[in-house]
Amino acid sequence: MAKKPRAFDVTTLPGFTFIAILSFVLLYAPIVTLVIYSFNGGNSVNQWGGFSLEWYVVAFNNEAVQEATVRSLIIAVWAAVISTTVATMAALGTTRRGRFKGQTVIYIIINQPLMVPEIVTAVALLIFFSSVKLATGYSGLGYLILAHSAFCVPFAYLPIRARLEGMDMTMETAAADLYATPWQTFRYVTLPLLLPGVIAGAMLAFIISLDNVIITEFVKSAGQDTLPTYMLGQLRRALTPEVNAISTVLLAFTILILIAFAFVTKKRA
Amino acid sequence: MSRAGEQRSKGANGWLLSTPALILLVFAASGPLLIVALYSVLEKGDYSGVRWILSGEGWFRVLFERDIFDQTVSLADANLSIFWRSVKLSIATTLITFALGLPTAWFIATRPTNTRAFWLFLITIPFWTNLLIRTFAIMEVIRNQGILNTALMNAGLISEPIQILYTDTAVLIGMAYVYLPLMVLPLYAAIDRFDFKLIEAGYDLYASRWQVLRGVILPIIKPGIVAGCILVFIPSLGAYVTPRVLGGGKNMMIGNFIELQFGQGQNWPLGAALSTLLLVVVLASLLVYTRVTSKDDRNG
Repeated sequence: MAKKPRAFDVTTLPGFTFIAILSFVLLYAPIVTLVIYSFNGGNSVNQWGGFSLEWYVVAFNNEAVQEATVRSLIIAVWAAVISTTVATMAALGTTRRGRFKGQTVIYIIINQPLMVPEIVTAVALLIFFSSVKLATGYSGLGYLILAHSAFCVPFAYLPIRARLEGMDMTMETAAADLYATPWQTFRYVTLPLLLPGVIAGAMLAFIISLDNVIITEFVKSAGQDTLPTYMLGQLRRALTPEVNAISTVLLAFTILILIAFAFVTKKRA
Repeated sequence: MSRAGEQRSKGANGWLLSTPALILLVFAASGPLLIVALYSVLEKGDYSGVRWILSGEGWFRVLFERDIFDQTVSLADANLSIFWRSVKLSIATTLITFALGLPTAWFIATRPTNTRAFWLFLITIPFWTNLLIRTFAIMEVIRNQGILNTALMNAGLISEPIQILYTDTAVLIGMAYVYLPLMVLPLYAAIDRFDFKLIEAGYDLYASRWQVLRGVILPIIKPGIVAGCILVFIPSLGAYVTPRVLGGGKNMMIGNFIELQFGQGQNWPLGAALSTLLLVVVLASLLVYTRVTSKDDRNG
């Protein structure tokens, strides 16, 4: 008689739980180490010198860090506003109208920053913007804002589109039946319903801009360091506890935004 | 309005509303890629930049070099070893993240519904955390006075620190670390849709464990596997930050090699040719990916 294989609980394939827990430990151990070391007193990065906020004070009072932080925030706010605005329009244009000719082309262009290796885009922008700089003489933050806005578009677009696809048209149809103009329908019906998606998109764009290293490194003019490029530059010497402190603050900030993001997208129903 | 007319106006509206996004992206992302392709066939300028003369030298220098004195042509070994390192490390990164990522995704997908969001959130945090910070974090662990070496020495297993930092191994560990979430998320998405009753059905029909894995589980989660591998392989191949920080300048990957041409190397056409090559390889793998997944959609 053929022996039926022992029925086992499929949720625990042999060894899978162990490897999964190992993965979580591996993912978090380095981050936790970095956070702990940011509270290390004393000058050595190698020896534990007691709990201290010393390096946070040092980072906070460092003028270069202050400037880089302000610059990062200015760029990220602009990039989030610009990319979310154009992404909202594009999402409205590409959903709920049925398919139209050329839609795939629009998708490909919008998602292009997700597909092309960042180093290639960085080099392309370096070449392009350096000749624009030469021709116009302008070398302000505008180039960084433009570049950041562009690669943030797909990140803003995806949650907005997801939200739009989850909305049905009944409310808008009702508004139109009540003689609302298209603009009134959009302003008082579509936009309020869409808002959680727009906020979620703006938050993702904000984080993506704030975190960017490679494109910023290539596009920035002299003296235009953002927080990540400043940190990368610091590394030429050695890993300093100051960099750990800045990293921890950025990490805390990212987690806060992610929690907010989870709340905004949860209220979908 | 006729149906055709309506269709046309839908399209016109779609294009009109998408125009600002398209202008922004063509101007500050897609368009400049064409300039890179163009620069790759121009002559190198004296210090940096290019001269507007057509030349195959940029592409020639991708694989070959000329002797300064007698102009003999030979294969550029330095370049080849950089390409080989990039491909080797990217494949190894993909394999390691898959080996860790599949059980992790499986684990998350099989948690009770109320705790699943929590485990998923634990993957999302590193996913959205700055890549530079995560690279610093792994550097903190593997450097000579870092916790790994200290722990091994305290345990008496080694007498002096193992030099991991600034080696290929360091780059590999770093890339596997930073790209692991990129593997877990698509795998999770695929396994999450999987109906676990199918496995029981398989066993009821006297399938062996191996047969269930090959005949039931694998075909259904295959698109997730392909997506995860592509999502890890592509950024690994173009990696710049991780090899720069953990490889310490000597263990370059293609991304760092490209940067070198625009910096100290002062050979923009070569840098542009390398960029174009990387772009073509990446787009080709994406094409394979869409082929594989769309075929699955048709069959499924």
